[in-house]
This record gives sequence, C-alpha cells and structure tokens, in this order.
Amino acid sequence: MIRIDQLTKAYGHGPDAVTVLDKLDFAVDRGEIFAVVGPSGAGKSTLTQCINLLERPTSGSIVVNGQELSSLPERQLREARRRIGTVFQSASLFSRRTAAQNIAMPLEYLGVEPRETKARVAELLERVGLGHRAGHYPHQLSGGQRQRVGIARALALRPSVLLSDEATSGLDPETTRSVVALLRELRDDLDLAVVFITHEMDTVLQVADSVAKLEHGRIVESGRLVDLLTDHGSALGRALQPQLDPAPPADGARPWQVTYDSRNVPQDWLQRVSQELGEPAALLAATIQNVNGVSTGKATVGLHAASPDLVRDTFARLGLRAEPGSGRPDAGAQDTAREDAPATLEHAL
Amino acid sequence: MSIPAVIAVAIPRTGETALADLPSLLVPAYGETLTMVGIVMSIVVLVGTPLGVALHNMASGGLFENRAVYGVLSWIVNIGRSLPFLILMAAIVPFTRLITGTNIGIPAAIVPMSLAGIPFFARLVENCLRDVPRSVTQAARASGASPLQIIRTAQLGEAVPAIIGGLTINTIAMIEYSAIAGTIGAGGVGYVAVTYGYQRFDHTVMLATIVILILTVTLVQLLGDRLVRFTTPALRH
Repeated sequence: MIRIDQLTKAYGHGPDAVTVLDKLDFAVDRGEIFAVVGPSGAGKSTLTQCINLLERPTSGSIVVNGQELSSLPERQLREARRRIGTVFQSASLFSRRTAAQNIAMPLEYLGVEPRETKARVAELLERVGLGHRAGHYPHQLSGGQRQRVGIARALALRPSVLLSDEATSGLDPETTRSVVALLRELRDDLDLAVVFITHEMDTVLQVADSVAKLEHGRIVESGRLVDLLTDHGSALGRALQPQLDPAPPADGARPWQVTYDSRNVPQDWLQRVSQELGEPAALLAATIQNVNGVSTGKATVGLHAASPDLVRDTFARLGLRAEPGSGRPDAGAQDTAREDAPATLEHAL
Repeated sequence: MSIPAVIAVAIPRTGETALADLPSLLVPAYGETLTMVGIVMSIVVLVGTPLGVALHNMASGGLFENRAVYGVLSWIVNIGRSLPFLILMAAIVPFTRLITGTNIGIPAAIVPMSLAGIPFFARLVENCLRDVPRSVTQAARASGASPLQIIRTAQLGEAVPAIIGGLTINTIAMIEYSAIAGTIGAGGVGYVAVTYGYQRFDHTVMLATIVILILTVTLVQLLGDRLVRFTTPALRH
C-alpha cells in the first residue's frame, strides 16, 4: 500500500514561494483504485511527480509498504522508483523501439539477464493482450495499444503501486473503457494499489474505488466512490454524475431534481412515487448506473403535487433526495431552486 | 604528404591542363580532402557529442542543471561559432603549431577545422536532444534509469535520426572548410581549385573541381538522408 502524509510541495523561497501541494493526506490499500480528480492547475502533475519520486516534496512523506521513500539519498531514490510503476500519457514510449523493447527498458536498466528479460516481456505482452504486437513500433500501434505497452512497461519490475498519470486522457471512450477494464483486472490479479490521476470525471466513475478532489493544491473532498455517489450532500458525488438536459415539464407540473441519497434505493422508485402521490410521475431526464455493485444516479421528474414537503418526504422514504428545479444550467430566474445552481456548487467544492 | 607530387605533375604545364592529366592531379587531391574531412569529423563527433549532451543537461530542466557552468560552456561554444573560418584559422596559428609542430599541410588544417566543427556540432546535438519529448526522459527516470542510462537510451537513443541529419550538415560544412584550408597548403580539392583554377585561370581544373565538389556534397546528403530514413522506424515501415 501507499500512504501520503502531509505532502507539501512549494517552489521558490520566502515571500515568493508558491505552494503547489498543501499538506495532502491519503492512503491507498492493495487492491484499491484511488482516483485523484481536479481541474488543470490544481497540482495534479506535481502530485504525480512527487508520488513517482521524480520530484522531492518540500515536506511530508511518501510511504510504500511501510518504508518512507521521499527522503532517501539520490541513488537509493532511483532504486525506490522501481517499486512504483508509472503509466504516462501515450507519448512516453521510445519511438525507435518495438513494443517488446519498450517493455524491456526497466529490466534493461536494472541489468536483468537477456533471457530472463525476454521471458518476462513475453509474459507481460500476453498479460496486456498484445502478444501478437511484440515487434511493432509505437507508430504502428493504436492509442489504446500504446497505452497497454505503457502499462506493461510500468509492471515490468513487479511494483506494488501503480501510478496512472492521465493514462486515458486523449483516448476515445471505447478505448478508455478497455484500458480501464485492464487496470481493474490487474488491480485484482496483482493486488495492486493504483493511484489514478485524471481530469476526466466520467473515467473516475468507471475506474475508481475511492476518489479525492484536488483543488488549489488541497484535497477538498474524498471518500469511497459509492458513498459519495449515494450522498446528496457530497458536492463531488454530484459533480461526478453526468450532466443532464431535462425536457420541460407538462403544463402545471413543476420539475424536481432527484438524487440517490442511499445505497438501498428500490429499483421501482418511480412507480412507487407515482402510487404514493397518486399521480404519474413524468421522467424528464435520468441517468442510473451500477457503480461497484450499487445503483446510483440522478433524475429530473415532473410532478403536479401541490405540497413540496409531501413530495420531499415521499422521495426521502425511498432513499432519494428531491429538490424543486430542473437542474438545467440555463434554466434561469424562473428556477425556484436557484441555490442548487452550478455557481453555488462550485463554491461548495 | 602528397603536395609535392601534385606540384610536380602540374609545374611543367602552363595554361589549360589537358583532360587526360586531370585524374593524376585530382585523384590524390580528392584523397586528401577525404582524409581531412574524415579525421576532422571523427574528432568533431567524439568531442562535440559529449559537449552537446553536457550543454543540454546543464541547461534548465536538464539532468545536471547548472547555470554557471552552462553559461561558461555556452559562451565558449558561441565564440567558436562566431569567427569566420578563415579568420579563426589565421588567428590560432600559434596554437596549431604548438599541437602539430607545423602550420601548413593537412595536420595544420585539422586543428582549425576541428575547432570550428566541434561547437557547431555541439549546438546541433543540443538542439536534437531538446526535441526529444520530455515524457520519454521522465519515463526512463521513473523506470529507475541512471543518468548515463537516461542519456544513452532516452536522449541520444531517441535523437539518433536528428543527430545524423545534423552530422550530414556538419560534414558538408567541413568539406567547404577543407577548401578554405587549402589556402594554407593543406592540399585537397580546394587547394587545386585555388592554385590552378583561381591563380592560373585554368578553367578545366576549376570546372572539374566544381563538379567533384557538387557530386561529393550530393552524395553525402543522399547518404545522410538514407541513414535518417533507416534509423527512423516511422519512415522505414
């Protein structure tokens, strides 16, 4: 496992010093994928460089399997880097080496016997599903295949921690899904602690067990993905849900924004709400998906019911949270629940 | 060296050299040119490559970032690059004599040619290394590579085609310099062109040397392009 303790990175000295990372704390267990999301400029790349020990933190520590690594002298630091495999963005492959030769690089640096290297590379190529592409050069591989080579290279020295630095950024959705599936498979088979750094919220939903939001060098919210997604109070959980563009409600009906607020929302909640309120609830927009075995999602529902409290209670009994309003970013002033608008959400983060 | 031989063949004649005599005049001269350029380029690559690597890695963002040393190195390289070759050659005569014991002939030409070629090549190498994507160097570092391994595999290894392109340019420049060095009796095609074609108005020799130089430069460029293609997988397949 990897534990980050009070990790701080500042550039410059005295009054001109810029703090890029401010006392970060988190731990990733073996067999867990921990995603760090954040907008550009939040400090993600500095965090990456600190975790794979390419940059020394100003203070704080990085502990892998109980050993503190970040304060080691340069030569030992080089050894320590081998315990953390890093998957970079696709441009990091050696362009003049084949897939097999790229994967062999860490073994070559370590001075592993050629025969042993060959066997290990063949095994890794099979593992990432590229057995038939060993002799291909990076320019002959697709983006997803290049990323698989990068993953195999990161695993060459059997690290216990895998760091993924925007590894799926720039890939098409289909390829992202397959790379993510591979990472989850490897997490299970090799019992890896995976730190997955990305700016793509939708990828987080596919890959993460836990997630932290990094903003201005601080972790502003973190937790188990499922917990965040089933907690209406979690700004990160709501931000992780896809943006919806609901249809306008029928005349006389008003829109209600519904979010999952429990792990035990019954699947037929729409019918039950309709029954209890004695009117058919109109579904104006919805996204519901299974994340790590738990249903989560959000919806916009059109209702005529006069009493807001009755509506809220009805939903609450089913583990859902209902707020009046369409949730549409452009819904404007007529929207009764303006406090739920994106601007406030931003503030809450 | 073969300068006396060249002169011996040429002296009895005045005016135009007969076509039949051209080979005996030009073949040894061509051999001298190749020798000069060959020796100079070996020295240039041997010294210029490490110098270029040092420049790249001492600049900001390099492996051994060091502003002061980079400043000094860069300044020396700039001096070497700013003097016109003819001036450089004349200015360093005492130094040349100190090293080679003479100030004429091929050995005397090799010193200024190397001094002009090394900084030129060092800058070319520095530029080639700068074009290697940073993420490749980062990947090597993260894989546990030592600084030397990073330089060998991620920097030089990735820049090979670009460096060969630079080598081609440098070689052609050295062929040109060898002709200038001909004026201090270094022999070679340049010497023949100056003494026969220029000083004696021997148009036959002048034309012949021009044709030879054009063919040589074309050939070097062709070879260089071939090598670049051969060392770049994306151009080969």
